[in-house]
Amino acid sequence: MISIKSVQKIFPSKQGQLRAVDDVNLEIQDGEIFGVIGYSGAGKSTLIRMLNGLELPTSGTVTVAGRVVSKIKGAELRKARQEISMIFQHFNLLWSRTVSENIAFPLEIAGIKSPERQKRVSELIKLVGLEGRENAYPSQLSGGQKQRVGIARALANNPKVLLCDEATSALDPQTTDSILELLVDINKRLGLTIVLITHEMHVIRKICHRVAVMESGRVVELGQVLDVFKNPQQSITKRFVQQVTEPEETKETAEHLIERYRSGQIVQLTFIGESVEQPIITNVIRHNNVTVNILQGKISQTQSGSYGTLFIHIDGDEAEVNKAVDYIRSQQVGVEVVTSE
Amino acid sequence: MNSKPYFEDFDWPAMWEATRQTLYMTGISVVATFILGILLGLLLFLTSKGSLWSNKPINVVISGVVNIFRSIPFIILIVLLIPFTTILFRTMIGENAALPALIIGAAPFYARMVEIGLREIDKGVIEAAKSMGATTGTIIWKVLLPESMPALVSGITVTAIALVGYTAMAGVIGAGGLGNLAYLQGFQRNQNDVTLVATIIILIIVFIIQFIGDFITSKLDKR
Repeated sequence: MISIKSVQKIFPSKQGQLRAVDDVNLEIQDGEIFGVIGYSGAGKSTLIRMLNGLELPTSGTVTVAGRVVSKIKGAELRKARQEISMIFQHFNLLWSRTVSENIAFPLEIAGIKSPERQKRVSELIKLVGLEGRENAYPSQLSGGQKQRVGIARALANNPKVLLCDEATSALDPQTTDSILELLVDINKRLGLTIVLITHEMHVIRKICHRVAVMESGRVVELGQVLDVFKNPQQSITKRFVQQVTEPEETKETAEHLIERYRSGQIVQLTFIGESVEQPIITNVIRHNNVTVNILQGKISQTQSGSYGTLFIHIDGDEAEVNKAVDYIRSQQVGVEVVTSE
Repeated sequence: MNSKPYFEDFDWPAMWEATRQTLYMTGISVVATFILGILLGLLLFLTSKGSLWSNKPINVVISGVVNIFRSIPFIILIVLLIPFTTILFRTMIGENAALPALIIGAAPFYARMVEIGLREIDKGVIEAAKSMGATTGTIIWKVLLPESMPALVSGITVTAIALVGYTAMAGVIGAGGLGNLAYLQGFQRNQNDVTLVATIIILIIVFIIQFIGDFITSKLDKR
């Protein structure tokens, strides 16, 4: 569906050239929800804007739905853009138009006649759950409702691809989840390919099938979301994974416990898929002469399975503790001994 | 200099005729300024750096012309335009003769206000329209103008009030209207009642323009 080949984007700047996107290659499949994560300035925004020709690559080619977006111009590009919709962080609705009129805007651009337009608008309003708000102005809506209008507007011309530019970054966590659920629903129902960029691993975890991690213009890691969670390679990826698996205070808690419990070890366990359901703690205590104290645990759902983390404190005779850790290692569970820094 | 008692032999028909002339001059010049100012303002905005028709030479030229005409004091502009007006109307006296100066004086001033109004539109909204495959024409008609309409209306309100003042000035060189009446009858013949009534009528016109402008702006603004 989308093919990005050796794409570079160089912006001239006062301090010389800025390589916003540096030799990126990506293939995104039809019907996939593909996430690009990175901190601000990583080049993800420039990358997504090249998918609908809002930015042109300095070199390389971008092909979306059979069209070489990086080459076409004028009427052909405008036609292509009707098939590659975009939603935005700040919604970008026309304040002078009502909800219905905003959703009708892309239909007017596509030259669809009024009776048919009305019909399509009311379908879309139902699809995104905005019944009863048709005649409200954007200023009368909440953030989540505004993004729903943005999504309805983006879907109006039955696009093949939906680009989400930090679409949930301006929303509170609860609203973020409802918008993400809507996106998954649309992906399943319409078979739409979705490309989203974000700096929140939560968003990737919740809806993406695959993820690319970007750092200073390059894709440094790429893979299935669950694999990336299980086995992050780069330090930046590890930091993103920690956003979801370790709440802020975990580190402080661990350090505090290391100080308090001079003996034993604090161990972080990571479970993927099947192993989440094994009675591993019971087995550890049964087979080894140790005490186990559960400090903190969490199970997260991704699109392709669950992923859990557990922090425990194992205490007892040193040899027994080591034996216990070895036992856990043999159980297809990721083990990391937490030490104070 | 003996002034006669107030409102003795007061020439009301002449006063109404002058009022009609002022309204005529203001009306025509406001409409023309609105159209011309929006055209110039759009050009200024569209040719500016990073905009849809980004073009430095054209922007510099339009910007220069606008700045020059905006800087010439109105009373001098009228004099400068006398040859042009005589070619156009074969006379330089009467209400039509004031129109070129009024429009050329006010349109650049309004064009700057239009430009400011357009700049206030969220860039993201223009980008969203682009991402939907809109042509520049569609962006102008369906995004730029509707989204800046409250600013365009409040701008033309301010300009219209300035134009009422300009018509009074144009009256001094023979264009007719309340300014002309107040100057010839009121000042030169020392009929203070004429000056007083002309002033009151001008104030009423200004208040009405302001009221209508504020009303339309508040109706249009859905932010």
